[in-house]
Amino acid sequence: MKITLNGKQIEVNPGEYLLSVIRREGIEIPALCHHDAVEPVGACRLCIVEITRPEWEGWSRLVTSCLYPVEEGLIVETHSKLVSDTRATLLDMQLARCPDAEIIQKWAKEYGIEKTSFPVREDADKCILCDICVRICNAVGRYAIARTSRGIEKVVAVPLELGEDQACIGCLSCAHACPTGAIEWKEDSNTRTIWGLTFTLEKCPVTGEVLGTPQQLDHFAKKAGLSRDYFTKSDKAHKHETAKKFVKII
Amino acid sequence: MVFQSVEQLIARKKELEAIRNKVKRRIVVCAGTGCVAAGSLEVYDELTKQLKEANFEISTDLMSCAHRNGSTHFVSPSGCHGYCQMGPLLQVEPDDILYMQVKPKDVGGIIATLQGKQPPDTKLLYKDPHTGAIQKGRNEINFYAKQERIALKNCGFIDPESLEDYLANGGYNGLIKALSLSGKEIVDIVTKSGLRGRGGAGFSTGKKWQSALQAKAEPKYVLCNGDEGDPGAFMDRSIMEGDPFKVLEGMTIGAWALQSQRGYIYVRKEYPLAVKRLQKAINELEKAGLLGDNILGTGFSFKVTISRGGGAFVCGESTALMRSIEGKVGEPRAKYTRSVIKGLYDCPTVLNNVETWACVPLILENGWEWFASKGTKTSTGTKAFSLVGKVKNTGLVEVPMGTTLRQIIFDIGGGIIGDRPFKAVQTGGPSGGCLPEQLLDLPVDFDTLTANGSMMGSGGMIVMDCRNCMVDIAKYFVHFLLEESCGKCTPCREGLRQLHYLVTLVTEGKGDENTIKQIERVCHAMKEGSLCSLGKDAPNPVLSTLKYFREEWLQHIQEKKCVAGVCRALITYWINPEKCTGCLICGRACPQGAIIGEKQKPHRIDPAKCDKCGVCYTVCPERFSAVEIH
Ligand SMILES: Cc1cc2nc3c(=O)[nH]c(=O)nc-3n(C[C@H](O)[C@H](O)[C@H](O)COP(=O)(O)O)c2cc1C
Ligand code: SF4
Ligand code: FES
Repeated sequence: MKITLNGKQIEVNPGEYLLSVIRREGIEIPALCHHDAVEPVGACRLCIVEITRPEWEGWSRLVTSCLYPVEEGLIVETHSKLVSDTRATLLDMQLARCPDAEIIQKWAKEYGIEKTSFPVREDADKCILCDICVRICNAVGRYAIARTSRGIEKVVAVPLELGEDQACIGCLSCAHACPTGAIEWKEDSNTRTIWGLTFTLEKCPVTGEVLGTPQQLDHFAKKAGLSRDYFTKSDKAHKHETAKKFVKII
Repeated sequence: MVFQSVEQLIARKKELEAIRNKVKRRIVVCAGTGCVAAGSLEVYDELTKQLKEANFEISTDLMSCAHRNGSTHFVSPSGCHGYCQMGPLLQVEPDDILYMQVKPKDVGGIIATLQGKQPPDTKLLYKDPHTGAIQKGRNEINFYAKQERIALKNCGFIDPESLEDYLANGGYNGLIKALSLSGKEIVDIVTKSGLRGRGGAGFSTGKKWQSALQAKAEPKYVLCNGDEGDPGAFMDRSIMEGDPFKVLEGMTIGAWALQSQRGYIYVRKEYPLAVKRLQKAINELEKAGLLGDNILGTGFSFKVTISRGGGAFVCGESTALMRSIEGKVGEPRAKYTRSVIKGLYDCPTVLNNVETWACVPLILENGWEWFASKGTKTSTGTKAFSLVGKVKNTGLVEVPMGTTLRQIIFDIGGGIIGDRPFKAVQTGGPSGGCLPEQLLDLPVDFDTLTANGSMMGSGGMIVMDCRNCMVDIAKYFVHFLLEESCGKCTPCREGLRQLHYLVTLVTEGKGDENTIKQIERVCHAMKEGSLCSLGKDAPNPVLSTLKYFREEWLQHIQEKKCVAGVCRALITYWINPEKCTGCLICGRACPQGAIIGEKQKPHRIDPAKCDKCGVCYTVCPERFSAVEIH
């Protein structure tokens, strides 16, 4: 299957999304709600590209490349004026929402914006509502966080009522996946705190290395169908193996 | 009784029609939400009571008219007549008398008229505001006479809780016809009729069905969108409340065509009466063998469930609605596969609006040519609007597509309250646009409205006069959408935040040259970038007022002036000492105690206390008109 990307004809695989083709070709566009481990949702709208076809007679439209499946003969522009103008305004507004988010600063700069032209949000945090953390947590199998409220009130939070198998296990998957570092967490030698919850840390009895929270280790043992004992060992090789399993499970 | 076959149903319909024709008079009391609130149920009770006392032969359901010999008065409640401002309404057929604002105490007089003892009490009849002439029935009253009701045809005429009444009035003729046709033939008829979706986008219903028909996956779903989130709109509610069987018949026809076995009606939370009537209708139909298993002995089964909406405007959007039915959060879903292929539970799904479904049985019954002959070439049939705002007659108006705005607002709506000058009409709900006076002769159809920066939407129509500020109107809708945006995607969420900020600046006189540029920039990004149509269309109220009322925007920015006298920061209230007689009315009404003055001496407003609520302006008697806005 062939498409034309920024004037160049390229071969693509049926079923793949435009974004992966764009990235494979080494073209850089912002795609901040995209994460390889989870399904796309098309929320940030920064990955927009302009598409057209010869038979559309000059008509074109913007689509989010993270969600648009390739089609034979499609003509795609990733940096047309329409795309760049729209993307710039979106970045400008995101910068007003999250002035301290480095990744937004970086992309805004790329589009000529050093400082937002809009009033900055009061009490701004770094959350751009990309929903990656929520989707990651769901993929982990916990469903412990969710977007609540709507419109400009929307926030990611720990819902009030959760079943036991839905509670946060302090695994930090969300925090590590967050593109802006908006999810705050801290760790001292004995505890880890995230989402306002404090967990004790389980350590290797031999080396004293941190293994994770007990809840986290329980959960992964259960999901992997392995004995819980397996997750208490700490020799490097074993840990290495475990980490590999984690990756697989996640 | 359970109908085992089409023949049985036809035979029964004949019987019911004969019974209906034997009724001497039919008296309906409107039991729509508006009239009930105004006390129509008390009127109904009083009427049945007094009719009995006066020895009238009455029955309150069609069946008990059966054994009578043509002297029966059939009295029943009905759905909304669409003229709620005049409620409670009471209609007498075949005399064609429509009594308005009826109180229980008026019932005696109405009965005396039925007995031929006195002419109808003119106080209860419609008086033409221009000529003062008394107009006694729907055929004379402009508000009704100039309408053509198809989707609303039964509303106000039949008892919405009686399947018999529906069957006696043409009900199920559409399905009977459909059952003799193949799915493809039905889809062809709907396509040729030119029917376009009444819920917003105006997509060809036939084409939509065609795609679903061709879709391979099973099962297929048939959905009805009764979310009606537009503030002020109530045509879908009226149809669901006033003619629930019609909607269900339409859905059954669609389901038969697509061989779908499962349907859902999504009704917004605030419509309890619609839910009740629909549920009652579903129960009746299941008992009659017209819904459920093996409909009319054809082997075809179709079940309909009511799903109650969460009350958010965005839940009316198709993908959000489907998620909501699935029990998930009602947020739009970004995808480039259409719902007819991958909709509810990722199965082929046809979603149509209430009014769209209500048109279907009539198209099957009367043929596509009949429907296509009404309206314009590209927008066929009729469309119901809810006409509100500064017009004399507010209510439900159904007219052929292509009728001009002027005809709707002036002929049917009776013109502007107080005969003030018309300023604009907002069509299409919160994300529609405002059209100015020079466009009053525009034919109202899908494409013309869109081409002029507005849209059909679901058919809201808000009329505005010189006392409406167009910047303030734009701000009102931006604020509405700001609260209703789901917040999932950046352009809509952040765009509305900024748009609201910028438009507010203008209404406060703080805008400058750059403000409009920024506004246009945000609007553009929202239109191009938003995930669903809420965000894509949200800039319409702003862009259309900027297009047609730019002067007014510029006045706010350059002269810091609001000529309509609405934007509080830009106006002051002033009492003209030459006109003020010192009647004390405004002084008593002012919640701030800002009015200084003694009896019979001109009053004065203390600007330090005044918070510009405008109460004094409203209460100052017309004959003095001493309060002025500057
Ligand atoms: C924000 C939003 C709200 C909507 N609300 C409604 C609604 O209340 N009722 C409705 O029928 N369609 C509504 N729609 C349109 C629906 O998405 C859909 O197009 C329609 O129900 C399809 O039916 P139709 O083809 O018969 O019009 C809405 C669309 C959007 C974007
Ligand atoms: S356009 Fe608005 S309502 Fe639609 S998905 Fe985006 S945020 Fe939600
Ligand atoms: S990456 Fe495609 S919309 Fe965010």
